[in-house]
Amino acid sequence: MRNILFLLICLIVTGPLHAATLAEYKFDDPAKEEDFRHLIEQMRCLVCQNESLAGSNADLAVDLRNEIYGMMKAGQSKDDVIDFMVQRYGDFVLYSPPVKPSTYPIWFGPLLLFLLGTYLLMRALKKKKQSQETTLSEEEQKRLESLLNRSSDTKDVIK
Amino acid sequence: MKSHLRYAIPLIIFAVIAVFLFKGMYMNPREIPSPLIGKSVPEFALPLLDQPDTQITNKDLLGKPYLLNVWATWCVSCRAEHSTLVRLARSGLIDIYGLNWKDDRAGAQTWLRQLGNPYVKTIFDQKGRTAIDLGVYGAPETFLVDSKGVIHYKLAGPVTPEFINGTLVPLIEKMKNEG
Repeated sequence: MRNILFLLICLIVTGPLHAATLAEYKFDDPAKEEDFRHLIEQMRCLVCQNESLAGSNADLAVDLRNEIYGMMKAGQSKDDVIDFMVQRYGDFVLYSPPVKPSTYPIWFGPLLLFLLGTYLLMRALKKKKQSQETTLSEEEQKRLESLLNRSSDTKDVIK
Repeated sequence: MKSHLRYAIPLIIFAVIAVFLFKGMYMNPREIPSPLIGKSVPEFALPLLDQPDTQITNKDLLGKPYLLNVWATWCVSCRAEHSTLVRLARSGLIDIYGLNWKDDRAGAQTWLRQLGNPYVKTIFDQKGRTAIDLGVYGAPETFLVDSKGVIHYKLAGPVTPEFINGTLVPLIEKMKNEG
């Protein structure tokens, strides 16, 4: 509990720190500002590949943030900015790859694997159920009963 | 027979994953395919490094195939590749143009004086705006451009003798054959 509390306090303290680097980007329209923030969160910084453009302090990330800010200030749409970035840096700049034939495996692969898994699981379960349902022949039934009876008779004898 | 095959399935899955992971170990995450291959060099109009008042544009470079080498004095790998570039320029295989990226003009001029100047001309992109149009995300980067200004290849990382002999020479041959 104390650890969780500590982590929460860390989060509260560092949250604004992260946002502080973006304070210089001001828009008159709050919706546009929201768009801008959202956009740079979705873009990969190409210098430090595991950071978004919003989170990175790399020189190039700053330049690209400024460029995007300028474009949006000038009234260009989100799609314009995405086109601008993809034309120069490729789909790699987007954290979420666009749906097209070369990316079908990543978009639909998991679903296919899930369906395949479900099918195999169903089949295995069905097989198990069938093997449980096998009925005993008359002879086996008699033997089963005699064994059961005998075990209950001898119950007290077991030491 | 069939039940034997079933036991092999996990092994097969393991083998497939192992092949992919093994291949992945030798792939360079810095090598990002450039969307500019097959496209024209973006338009620019920038001053020269040694002549701040003279502008050079993308059209001035047309007519002959060339390499466009993005470099800066703050870039360690650029220093590493520089002697190779000087030798390449001396060989006369292909013209090399420099794009000095987000750099200090005096420092860059000193660099060329001390280490040798392999460039036909050096374009001075202080703000890095043309580099953004070229999709540059690090230095050094080198573009192979044909006489019509179309980009044929992009190398992210230093130019090495292996790159020149193994990749560049065949590419230039291919470009010549295609006319």
